[in-house]
Amino acid sequence: MNATGIGAAVKRKEDFRFLTGQGTYTDDINRPGQAYAYILRSPLAHANIKNIDTTAAKAADGVLAVFIGDDMAADGVGGIPCGWGVNNKDGSAMAEPAHPALAQGKVRYVGDQVAIVIAETYTQAKDAAETISVDYEELPAVINMEAALAGGPLVHDDAPGNMSYDWGLGDLDAVNEGFKNATQVSKIDIVNNRLIPNAMEPRAGIGEYDTATGEYTLYTTTQNPHVIRLLMGAFVLNIPEHKLRIVSPDVGGGFGSKIFHYAEEAILTWAAGKIQRPIKWTAERSDAFISDAHGRDHITHAELAMDADGKFLALKVSTKANMGAYLSTFATSVPTYLYGTLLAGVYSTPAVYVEVKSVFTNTVPVDAYRGAGRPEASYLLERLVDRAARETGHSQVDLRRKNFIPNDAFPYQTPVALAYDSGDYNASLDEALKRADVVGFEARKAESERNGKRRGLGYSTYIEACGIAPSAVAGALGARAGLYESANVRVHPTGSVTVYTGSHSTGQGHETAFAQLVSDTLGVSLESVDIVHGDTNKVQFGMGTYGSRSLAVGGEALMKALNKITDKAGKIAAHCLEASEADIEFKDGQFSVAGTDKSMAFSDVALTAYVPHNFPHETLEPGLEENAFYDPANFTFPGGCHICEVEIDPDTGTVSVENFVAVDDVGRVINPMIVEGQVHGGVAQGIGQALLEGCIYDESGQLTTGSFMDYTMPRADNIPNMDVGNTVTLCAHNSLGVKGCGEVGAIGSPPAVINAIVDSLWGLGVRDIAMPATPQKIWQAIATAQTSQAAE
Amino acid sequence: MPITVSMTVNGKAVTGEIEPRTLLVQFIRENLKLTGTHVGCDTSQCGACVVHIDGTSVKSCTTLAVQVDGADVHTIESLADGDTLHPMQEAFRENHGLQCGFCTPGMVMSAVDLVKENPDPSEQEIREWLEGNLCRCTGYHNIVKSIKAGAAAMRG
Ligand code: FES
Ligand code: FES
Repeated sequence: MNATGIGAAVKRKEDFRFLTGQGTYTDDINRPGQAYAYILRSPLAHANIKNIDTTAAKAADGVLAVFIGDDMAADGVGGIPCGWGVNNKDGSAMAEPAHPALAQGKVRYVGDQVAIVIAETYTQAKDAAETISVDYEELPAVINMEAALAGGPLVHDDAPGNMSYDWGLGDLDAVNEGFKNATQVSKIDIVNNRLIPNAMEPRAGIGEYDTATGEYTLYTTTQNPHVIRLLMGAFVLNIPEHKLRIVSPDVGGGFGSKIFHYAEEAILTWAAGKIQRPIKWTAERSDAFISDAHGRDHITHAELAMDADGKFLALKVSTKANMGAYLSTFATSVPTYLYGTLLAGVYSTPAVYVEVKSVFTNTVPVDAYRGAGRPEASYLLERLVDRAARETGHSQVDLRRKNFIPNDAFPYQTPVALAYDSGDYNASLDEALKRADVVGFEARKAESERNGKRRGLGYSTYIEACGIAPSAVAGALGARAGLYESANVRVHPTGSVTVYTGSHSTGQGHETAFAQLVSDTLGVSLESVDIVHGDTNKVQFGMGTYGSRSLAVGGEALMKALNKITDKAGKIAAHCLEASEADIEFKDGQFSVAGTDKSMAFSDVALTAYVPHNFPHETLEPGLEENAFYDPANFTFPGGCHICEVEIDPDTGTVSVENFVAVDDVGRVINPMIVEGQVHGGVAQGIGQALLEGCIYDESGQLTTGSFMDYTMPRADNIPNMDVGNTVTLCAHNSLGVKGCGEVGAIGSPPAVINAIVDSLWGLGVRDIAMPATPQKIWQAIATAQTSQAAE
Repeated sequence: MPITVSMTVNGKAVTGEIEPRTLLVQFIRENLKLTGTHVGCDTSQCGACVVHIDGTSVKSCTTLAVQVDGADVHTIESLADGDTLHPMQEAFRENHGLQCGFCTPGMVMSAVDLVKENPDPSEQEIREWLEGNLCRCTGYHNIVKSIKAGAAAMRG
């Protein structure tokens, strides 16, 4: 192994600048002549706008301009588009109501954009916004999904019944047949709690217009600059690509919430053209809570049919998914193609049917958040399997093993569209059992009980689909874009290398992991490689980072370009060494002629490429630079086993996570240090969802968890140390064998935590506990179970 | 009415004409253009903005610039010695104690102050000390590990 190549836990190249305060996040950038914007948001969840009076604001100190929805409409600005069309069961298209960037005539959630105030300073803009008088006619709001579907007030006149779509997947007849043959059925009702992503860097942007060139530039906190250029340029502002530049510098975390094209991006870019000055906007955290897309928010009923032996026969799932007030960029795909398709899990259930109703409510739009659909699927399945084991008298391990897709079944076609390429579910379960010292659990439990505590063990054997996605499949499923990735490798005359990638890092360490691929392939040092991302004027094209796709798709694109480089360099070496191409070997950065001592270093080949004094130009072009686009053949399927051990104080309901073991199969590991870090972060978000985090709206649509004082973010003393391990089966359809590791932690962990709590309280009669499992809920569940047991 | 503040920041005497309501973090980021100190919230909860005032860690988003008139302020930019990282910074790098880097300046500045008060903090003491610092990326595991290692290195 090359010391800085594939598999090496090298330290990150990006860390020096972050550790010394020299990162460049969007808000760190200041443009000459920059003005500042404040976005006025709706304080009401649902209201008609009768009138907006901006006279006083326009006259206020330092104010340069105030714009409202009518101004954008007058300029013919389009609505914010949705990137994925989903059809109803009957084949008809989903309801897709217009989404104006600044509200037109109506506001539909607390936080909806109403006006932009632009001034010389931010405080002037904010002060002036207070003088804007908006005449709202308040309308009844609908917050709860059941109420929205049951004839509640309409969020959009053109979305009857408040439904965007009623979608289904799977063979319903086969499922019904399975239930007919069943001897045992387990059922569950599950709520997947609504979450607020809360990347630590709030969203920000600077819009700029160059009167000399007619070029617009938007600096923005996005995970996919080219996607923003495409959506905003083509659908909203009608600016052609060559006149629109998107720069996304260092980004302080995203977790999905920075994928989407947000209204503020279009407003800033458009307004910069109007006032012909750069305009900066930075969200305050309170803006973020009511304007960053939220995550999860599903209500589900599911039933699992089994034979007498506990073999799964069929699974039937019915889900309601909250869309919020508008369809955000990928919102529609999350509860369908990223959720329904995962409901086979790691099990060989022969028949699965899922139906999903997506629901409009007067709340912030809901979209992908770390895992996006897959955490909802694994939470549902693993809670249901846990219950089935308890109801059928199987151990958690036995029932799972009995139903695992066996190793010799790959490639395995599930009944819900996906075809898994590889996996070994027993291997990760075995490794997790060992690490969690499950053998010693009974003794630890007895010890807890002696101390008046309850102890429980929870399992989750999950799968997920990453590396989104084969463009043909995505297109057939309604994606309005291809989902490949691109890379450009530019070898400079002295052999240093710049890589331009369409992937984008929000903390994942691409500058290191991608450089490792280059170092491994070309034999150059990490220091001589730079990875460039996040600027549409530098990077050829890209689909960005989400769905753990950077390495599995972006890394493969890079490998493809690197292979073209070694091919061409080999031709140059053959020419220089006067050998035939077939005899050229390349190893550790040296080209050599097989069976001779003639060789040439990669850097010399690079130099020759740019100083081609004697090149046969008809057959060999000067230069050493290659481009590649890679479209994957399939999704990748990371999976694994998480085991959580908790101790609960029944007197207070307090949960202590005593041990958390995560054994994940993410395929080949390029940098184990980075992979472990990704799992830690994902698990912490999963434990956050299970124990702490929950977004709460009151009936009028006010967000009651609108700050870090009310929304419980995991802090250092809430999260345990984690024991992270891995088992490896290689992805069968990409050259690196990689599967993706960004989301496994958040997907695998919540059911492990809740199953552990249920395990610890099952003996007290508690059958379920809703996320987040706060001490109050646990205490209440124990009290209720004991009262009803006493009554029996 | 703008007022004048003067203080020492990273060893240099600075003076600024500011509105009285200007927060220290605004003064640092906007007037001095030292952008290593970050703003992650508006309720004094996240710790992205931690700096040292007269040697003690303070949230610069909850401090008015005028309150520290005459004080000695240090930001993350002053911690390394050129290309040589401070032992706490080095420990974060060695132990992968950062991902996106946004919380990192505040974490490191808090950690340095912790070790000044408690040269050999236990894991639990570190976790409790970080009560005021949020990180959404790392799950804290490697931050705690980094601070332990950084403390050991600072003890020498
Ligand atoms: S910015 Fe969040 S505590 Fe200071
Ligand atoms: S490293 Fe991203 S918030 Fe801590």
